[in-house]
Amino acid sequence: MHKWLVVFIAIVLPWPALATQLAISVAIPPLKVAEYHRPYVAAWIEDKDHTVAANLAVWYDVRKADNEGTKWLKDLRQWWRRSGRDTPMPVDGVSGATRPAGQHRLNLASGSPPLGNLPPGRYELVVEAAREVGGREVLRLPFAWPVDPRTPLSVHGKDELGLVTLDIIP
Amino acid sequence: MKMIHAVTALALAIACALPQAADAHKMWIVPSATVLSGDDAWVTVDAAISNDLYYPDHFPAPMDRIEVTAPDGAAVAPENAATGKFRSTFDVHLSRPGTYRIALRNDGVFATYTLAGEKKRWRGTAGELATAIPAAATEVKVSESVSRVESFVTAGATTHGVFKPTNRGLELAPVTHPNDLASGEKATFRLLLDGKPASGIKMTAIAGATRYRDAAGELSATTAADGSFSFTWPAAGMYWMSASAEDNKVSVKPATERRLAYTATLEVLPQ
Repeated sequence: MHKWLVVFIAIVLPWPALATQLAISVAIPPLKVAEYHRPYVAAWIEDKDHTVAANLAVWYDVRKADNEGTKWLKDLRQWWRRSGRDTPMPVDGVSGATRPAGQHRLNLASGSPPLGNLPPGRYELVVEAAREVGGREVLRLPFAWPVDPRTPLSVHGKDELGLVTLDIIP
Repeated sequence: MKMIHAVTALALAIACALPQAADAHKMWIVPSATVLSGDDAWVTVDAAISNDLYYPDHFPAPMDRIEVTAPDGAAVAPENAATGKFRSTFDVHLSRPGTYRIALRNDGVFATYTLAGEKKRWRGTAGELATAIPAAATEVKVSESVSRVESFVTAGATTHGVFKPTNRGLELAPVTHPNDLASGEKATFRLLLDGKPASGIKMTAIAGATRYRDAAGELSATTAADGSFSFTWPAAGMYWMSASAEDNKVSVKPATERRLAYTATLEVLPQ
């Protein structure tokens, strides 16, 4: 009796709508330099052929008058050529102000913007940082979607980025 | 002034007419940036004829031959133009998003002749030719030159409007957009001659900053039947990409040969 009920539920009821969670953390290292400007940072998910599957975050100088902060968006070189130059700024839920040094978190859910629904496949989380009168750094974390088993990933930057982590929670 | 102009014209003629060699004078246009963001982008541009890339050390390029084209094909006036001893410089206001072309078109007629036992050279326009060469001249050889030197700059998203061929001389048709080049990646373009695929032509590319290395380190490729050729950029930087050809499809009457040249400055960005 019980067994049949389980089968019945599995077939008839929709699968519980539990979205996969993406927990990303990006560390901006503190730097002792004479002239410090907060870095511009972009985070996105790239397909095997380098097309952008989802823009996750773009932190730039949104406070400057007349949208002038967009002048340096091209310094996020890879992001700019992969999707930035085709994406009018600002983007709701993606773009935001530059962040100070420290660990910053992004929590995203599949099925909702900005992540949306990723078709199964191999992807890379790409995080790029560029700082005025400073350097530039790009970090990549390759992952499979859907994830199985859950394997937290991390990579450590050398100059403009600290620890970047990706935890996909099915 | 007139004198300087004549000397510049001759330098131009030599730069255009000589077959390419790594040590020949090179004509170039180099923008301060090729990939721009923001709502109100500007670039400043140098144009010159030099030995080293990209150091002005020989002659300025003539401002009156500079043509700037907006993404929609409209002409854009260069601003703040000045011609110095070694280079011309001007600004381009990218008032609309898209890809702009900054070109130097150098079409003309080149003649060599002997007068009273002395070798002479002349360069000018097709209209001036009839009166330019003395009747007593012997060993007159007239050639037509059709040459194009250019560079591309994009504000925002890349567009393809400026690549519409004029169907005259050597021209570039992108497969890879020239403002989307990155080190380690292969870029493919097509070379056109009078609007049709130009096959079997040697293309070369030389990275800038030649002053600081011993060898030019020239990259080369030969165009295929469809005019296509590819380069895989070994490093980021400005590249002087060039081709030349000769044929006899002249449009000026006494000319017996046509010399064709195409040059572009391309910026390759780091990965």
